[in-house]
Amino acid sequence: MGIFSFLSEPWPWYVAGPLIGLTVPLLLLLGNKSFGISSSLQHICSMTGDKKPYFDYDWRKVGGWNLLFVLGIVLGGFVAGVLFANPEPLQVAAATQSDLAAIGVETDGKLVPTSLFTFANLFTLQGFLLMVCGGFLIGFGTRYADGCTSGHAITGLASLQLPSLIAVIGFFVGGLISTHFLLPLILSL
Amino acid sequence: MDQSQPLPHTTPSFLAANLKYLLAGTLFGFVAIRSEIISWYRIQEMFRFQSFHMYGIIGSAVLVGALSLLILKRLRVKSLEGQELSLRPKDRSLPRTVLGGTVFGLGWALTGACPGPIYALIGSGFSGFIVVLVSALLGAWVYGTVRPKLPH
Repeated sequence: MGIFSFLSEPWPWYVAGPLIGLTVPLLLLLGNKSFGISSSLQHICSMTGDKKPYFDYDWRKVGGWNLLFVLGIVLGGFVAGVLFANPEPLQVAAATQSDLAAIGVETDGKLVPTSLFTFANLFTLQGFLLMVCGGFLIGFGTRYADGCTSGHAITGLASLQLPSLIAVIGFFVGGLISTHFLLPLILSL
Repeated sequence: MDQSQPLPHTTPSFLAANLKYLLAGTLFGFVAIRSEIISWYRIQEMFRFQSFHMYGIIGSAVLVGALSLLILKRLRVKSLEGQELSLRPKDRSLPRTVLGGTVFGLGWALTGACPGPIYALIGSGFSGFIVVLVSALLGAWVYGTVRPKLPH
């Protein structure tokens, strides 16, 4: 297998999972930083100069590293998704394909259903509910919960923190409600 | 402004000090795309219990993370900047993790993305996720604003 094809093919869980887990010690070694991504949302709000206590701090000092880390994620997304784009369509489990077809979502071979998540769809009721309300819940929920998948599910669980286990159970409760109740409802509108 | 103190966070030195995190983020973003954890369909497979992929990734990431932490602690490794290693402890408040966690889960399954994937998808050219990011920023801002009224 050539290096180029390895860099552009999907990686199995046992390659990708350990690499993601290594982000925790990597950031600790680089400068004693705790791996977590949703705090970047708070730092960006802080950059606007908001004087509410939650945003009133030196964002460069506290969050500078984190903002450059998420800027890197955008860059990495460009390198992997554009420069080393996988030419093959996304493979989705047959059961999921048929469940999604039943609620009107076609499996189009892209990473994200392009019929739903586009700029143009912002002005449809479905697109608004999925992108705007969905995004709002992510920002509000992760800041309320003090972490997201990276901070709680990876870093928090890896360091055996009980609040993270509770938060991850919450992530799943919310995810199951959305998948099995809200999503079919929104797509039937 | 106090001019006697050097400003370590003026633009050039700020960038120089944090460049390593930009590289770390780039690696993470690359892995996020190749592992397809940023795919709305993979998240649907996970919440419908129809594929092992996401469970394998989260499970092995936690295991490798935990083992690394154990090794770093045993060997008393310090950071490149000489600090004792310590993770920021998570807030132990039950309403925060239960309510906040559930609210985030609702959004995670609707958009198929958590915060990391939002950034990676924007980089890959899925422009709809700019809308998701702006909405997430609004959500974070509203949280910071109504925070005194919420149970903590």
